[in-house]
Amino acid sequence: MIIRNTDRLLVQGITGKQGSFWTERMQEYGTRVVGGVNPKKAGTECCGVPVFGSAVDAMKNGGEFDVSILFIPPLGAAKAASDAMQAGCKKLVCLTEHIPVRDVMNMMAEAAEHGTTIVGPNTAGLVTPGECFVGFMPAFESSIFKPGNIGIISRSGSLGTLMCLNTVQAGYGQSAFVGIGGDPIIGTTTLDALKSLDNDAKTEGVVIVGEIGGSMEEAAAEYAATMKKPVIASFIAGGSSPPGKKMGHAGAIVMGNKGTYQSKKIALEKAGVEVLPTPSGLGAALKNSGIKAN
Amino acid sequence: MNFEEFAAKPLLAKAGIDVPPSRLVTDAAAAGSACEEIGPVVVKAQVPTGKRGKAGGILPAGSAAEAESVASKILGMSIADHLVEKVLVEAQANIKQELYAAILNDPASKGPLIMFSDMGGMDIEEIAEEKPEHLVRHEVNIQTGPDGALLKKDIDSLVPEGVSSDAVAELLLKLYNAYADNDAELIEINPLAILEDNSLLALDCKFVLDDSAIVRQTEISANGTPDKLTGRELAAAELDLKYIDLDGNVGVLANGAGLTMTTMDVVTHYGGAPANFLEIGGEAYTKATDALKLMLGNENIKSLVVNFCGAFARTDVMTEGVVNAWLELKPEIPVFFSIHGTGSVDARKMLKERLDMTSYETMDEAIQAAVAAAGPFTGGAS
Repeated sequence: MIIRNTDRLLVQGITGKQGSFWTERMQEYGTRVVGGVNPKKAGTECCGVPVFGSAVDAMKNGGEFDVSILFIPPLGAAKAASDAMQAGCKKLVCLTEHIPVRDVMNMMAEAAEHGTTIVGPNTAGLVTPGECFVGFMPAFESSIFKPGNIGIISRSGSLGTLMCLNTVQAGYGQSAFVGIGGDPIIGTTTLDALKSLDNDAKTEGVVIVGEIGGSMEEAAAEYAATMKKPVIASFIAGGSSPPGKKMGHAGAIVMGNKGTYQSKKIALEKAGVEVLPTPSGLGAALKNSGIKAN
Repeated sequence: MNFEEFAAKPLLAKAGIDVPPSRLVTDAAAAGSACEEIGPVVVKAQVPTGKRGKAGGILPAGSAAEAESVASKILGMSIADHLVEKVLVEAQANIKQELYAAILNDPASKGPLIMFSDMGGMDIEEIAEEKPEHLVRHEVNIQTGPDGALLKKDIDSLVPEGVSSDAVAELLLKLYNAYADNDAELIEINPLAILEDNSLLALDCKFVLDDSAIVRQTEISANGTPDKLTGRELAAAELDLKYIDLDGNVGVLANGAGLTMTTMDVVTHYGGAPANFLEIGGEAYTKATDALKLMLGNENIKSLVVNFCGAFARTDVMTEGVVNAWLELKPEIPVFFSIHGTGSVDARKMLKERLDMTSYETMDEAIQAAVAAAGPFTGGAS
């Protein structure tokens, strides 16, 4: 799940305030935006690219794309995703938070049918420093993102940003940042992202940024024990959160004995992964990893 | 959003699943007259929590007088901190055996999951752990819906003698409709009773509405039980801010769910106790002024840490909100900033110019300073 500057991007919802603001940031950074979608503004131009009536229309009429990003409100997201998948989209980045879970499950079923990889919902997106980004991450902030050899996976945009900052402060850079999203049901899991970083030529080590709720970190830990590259460290947010409460993210909730901090910490440590008590410990972990900053 | 039994059972009835005749009442006399109409009953406390039976909140009554006396015992009780203000007076059933049925959104298969067991009345987590052979997990393709024949095959070995697998599968298909039509996160019948005449009857129901679907389920959401919120949590909900009261003394203001949880964790790591969860990320990041005002209403707060790491949310916009609120409210407590990410150069400059304050270089330094300033934490609010 790594984005490249050769990937052609379609922006669904390009004409909205956030859609156009972030499209411009992505273009400035090197992302290859080929078009946008707004059924009401088909035939016009936005951010220097053509606006199509649908993703299917874009694919047929000169806006061929590989990846699509959704700047679409919650109740319209499933329909927009379906449009992209019918057009033949192979990677779909869904930023939208608060999509009804039923719609998310429908998106996932359709993705399985079409062979589409979905990132999110409720993700801040993907960054390949020095190359391109898809989402609303501050890729252009040189104090946070720098080309390098560390892959970072995060359920949270804000905490992921902090971990990237700590990486750069320690003298390292990132091969890729994979924001997977804070919803309970998401397309690309921690495990999926870990596998793709394990197979990425530029990545020499991985950092897993998780949080309470669900069992994705546990599943990823099993793989971490067997993979070619080291998982240098992990930070799991929510250790001090009260059980039974949704901590901002719909997926960040401890129910009974499920989704606890302890369960994730034990699984990761069993796989030989250091679980940091504070994100600031990342610098020392990187320096102790034996991986050289490049 | 949780639905109590009295609000959940009508969803079953609407889907064609049998439930006992019942009446919802708020005083003991009405419980008596309900019993007179219905016959022998069970009087059940209506509170948004499980374990009602163990707490003495579910009692049988054979006569109107008994129902009245039982109801007067239950009304006014406190079960897991919930005051019992209403009881469901429901017809007794001749139970032969108890089953379990539920449908939920399953993150592992990314689709609906039907769960069925012949060990009704038990907690599902207990069944899964102690008697996994008594639990069937049937994954559903959401686009086609459940396949009755496959479902029947899966549950067949657990359906007790005397009852047909067809009847149970048919009930599960009806339950699936109730789940799908109402945007359930979970719908559970426990116990699902087999009566002496081998018919099926839903004796209890738990329904959780997907919070993200409340906007399109306005008709039923009116019957759900809103979370029990503190005054500040209610005010925050009205402002569309994610806020949770905690019982510590270090106020936490951060952007994004992950960073806010982390700030709480690091406060705890350095021996402090967070007073709240308050995030102003996502679309709410312009609401720093409102957020700060709300938070400062908590008199337990002895120091404040503001931790911003801008991505989507710009730190200059958030910091401006905090600075404005600070100048307006002039709070006496010390505040410690950690500002990084999008807009941080402007944010730090603003902080210096307008408040003569400096952001710490790292989040840990800001948090350690806040914990030290708050002083030892001596216990909860009460």
